[in-house]
Amino acid sequence: MSKTLRVAPITRIEGHAGFEIMLDDNGNVADARMQVMSLRGFEKFVVGRPVEEVSRIVNRICGICPWQHHLASNKAADLCLGAEVPETGRKLRELCQMLAYIPDKILHFYFLAAPDFVMGPDADYSVRNVVGVVGAVPDLAKQVVHMRYKTQMALEKFAGKVIHPIAAVVGGFSKPLLEDERKELLEVVKEAKDFCLFTIKFARENVFPKYLEAVKTLGVFPSGYIGTVDGNGSLELYDGQLRLMNIDGSYDQFDYSEYQDYIAEHVEDWSYLKFPYIKKAGGIKLDENDPVGVYRSNCLARVNVCDQMKTPLAQEELEIFRKEFGRPAHLTLLYHWARLIELVQCCERAEELLNDPKITGREIRAEGIKPQAGEGVGCVEAPRGTLIHHYKTDSDGMVEQANLIVGTTHNNAGMNLSIKQAAKAVIKDGKYDEEVMNLIEMAVRAYDP
Amino acid sequence: MVKIAEEWLNSCSGCEIAILNIGDVLVDLLPSLEFVHIPVLIDKKYYGQTGEGTELDIPEAVVGIVSGGVKNEEHLEVLKKMRERVQILIALGTCATDGGIPALANMYSNDEIRDFVYRDSPTTEAGPNPDVKGNHIPDMLESCSALDEHVKVDLKLPGCPPHPDWIAAAILSLLDEKNVLELPEKSVCDTCPTQRERKKSMGDIRRMLETPDYDPEKPISEMRCLLEQGFMCLGPVTKAGCSGMTGEAPRCISARVPCRGCYGPVRDDRIPLVDYVGALATVGYDPSRMPDRRGYLCRFNGGHGVLKKLG
Repeated sequence: MSKTLRVAPITRIEGHAGFEIMLDDNGNVADARMQVMSLRGFEKFVVGRPVEEVSRIVNRICGICPWQHHLASNKAADLCLGAEVPETGRKLRELCQMLAYIPDKILHFYFLAAPDFVMGPDADYSVRNVVGVVGAVPDLAKQVVHMRYKTQMALEKFAGKVIHPIAAVVGGFSKPLLEDERKELLEVVKEAKDFCLFTIKFARENVFPKYLEAVKTLGVFPSGYIGTVDGNGSLELYDGQLRLMNIDGSYDQFDYSEYQDYIAEHVEDWSYLKFPYIKKAGGIKLDENDPVGVYRSNCLARVNVCDQMKTPLAQEELEIFRKEFGRPAHLTLLYHWARLIELVQCCERAEELLNDPKITGREIRAEGIKPQAGEGVGCVEAPRGTLIHHYKTDSDGMVEQANLIVGTTHNNAGMNLSIKQAAKAVIKDGKYDEEVMNLIEMAVRAYDP
Repeated sequence: MVKIAEEWLNSCSGCEIAILNIGDVLVDLLPSLEFVHIPVLIDKKYYGQTGEGTELDIPEAVVGIVSGGVKNEEHLEVLKKMRERVQILIALGTCATDGGIPALANMYSNDEIRDFVYRDSPTTEAGPNPDVKGNHIPDMLESCSALDEHVKVDLKLPGCPPHPDWIAAAILSLLDEKNVLELPEKSVCDTCPTQRERKKSMGDIRRMLETPDYDPEKPISEMRCLLEQGFMCLGPVTKAGCSGMTGEAPRCISARVPCRGCYGPVRDDRIPLVDYVGALATVGYDPSRMPDRRGYLCRFNGGHGVLKKLG
């Protein structure tokens, strides 16, 4: 008899979603889909607000990537009001983004993803979690908690608030970095870099090889990818051009302001979340064997679209990765590996910025900013993917319209196809248990921050 | 060992990150805590581990912690189930205590929100609203509300997010009654070290399009009060506590930007929309010249019927 399995909430992810698996009369998967359960309405309720206030509102879209929303929003507001951000202001913003990335990636790898790898996907749910990891590898776990805490608090000390930040302002940054603060941050970043280099080596040698079979079979399908690159085609997180790769590996590269020419969004009535797709493909088809218009975002997408990493140690890691998996690498669980390559770049880039004499400059903000009618598209790369904040203001500098396409939304089609593919791969003839359900969920967890 | 269940409703996960930001102390606390349900960390499912159940369930616990406000039917169902299953219910964060930022949506109808998202957005190929009946997805409620509008709440820990010190202190107080939890009752201004000259300023109210006057080499205590400098700072009407127990300046002020009220009204019975008019008048500003009054003064407290669609 056909039936529907409804697994909710999807756990060890940031956000609210569930998935449904429809079994046919023989107990095989007829269909499967991921559903996002809520709509908060940010695009609507920022309308009518002064545009310079929006970066203090939209950071609440996500408590894991509030810095990225804060920065993308400020970039859009800069353009609406015609504010030219001075070099030091721009570098302080980028520094904060790098500092915010470090604890986030540590959190995801060790606290959210690691339970599947350290405890095993088949472990009972009561131990397949961070508490289980603490019990299994207590010394490493303590170090993880400490390193994450230290990097979070270092950013909080400099920028006032680490969760739901306030320190970027339209036209630049609210306060300069003092020399003593610079030295203190540099010490923390050096320690973090060592820890992150240890982490990627540890993962590459001890964790990923054990799960190569799962990597090759779970949630796998070909897709396009989106990411940001700098003028040299290197992986960029703060500012550059968008590169949208087609399923065949060819790509278009364009300015943020042109995003509407390349991306459109499709609506389905069974989820609150829309489905962006590659506009050139003419539409979207959610078929894991023959996907049309589907592209993905987040770290795997970024390492796929870039020609190289921006920093030397991260580039060494990308070379190891590409030698094994090629470009583009489509295997979904490789998100975990790509995340650590980016983590290395974040540490190296933070160090570079802290060693840049301009970082302690005093010209941090544009002057003479006045309310005006304008329009701006601000983008940055967030953990889950490209953030697109597109605002229009009236002559009082109040928001008239806001269109947002954020990380998770880009991956909506991808997560759905991964669930469908994984469900079909592991559920056969009506046989499924908790481990099987967790294997399917692992295919979604890979997309998380 | 205290059993804890945790849930997030109409929220962003910032409160959960704040729990993790307890940091090293959390590792010491972990052996005394048993998390029986917490979606961000543990794989406990509502409908059984293989999704065959028909009724949403949450395990019993001594303490329930809920972040986020209530904006759809599932939020309400989870909240009521939580209340049924736990002895002590904690509202974590300003969304849970006062509606928070997402309650700004109360200025608009759900139809207006859905019309834009599913049809009018410039990148969207127009489609239908979610079909809640046929698809096991919860319907939206017309208003975004705080937890205590629906169930009894035993303890409120406001903040966007709450400072980890308060979360740790609350947990410690539950582990041993000798640890008494004393939450701040003052206003942000009462804990702010900036200089107040108590002279009336006669200029216009300033938006954050310009930078306040301060010397970055000098401590916050030598900066003039931002409200006196003419910036809308919600310190007078906002509950203190954003710096936890560190004794440091309020967090936004320490970054040289004004407060926006993220700890909610200074007392439950106060309404910033009314009280702030007086605060502005005492420093010599004309409240009628303030733009987007509701967007500033109800930014974090739009629940409890405070924010409504006008006209």
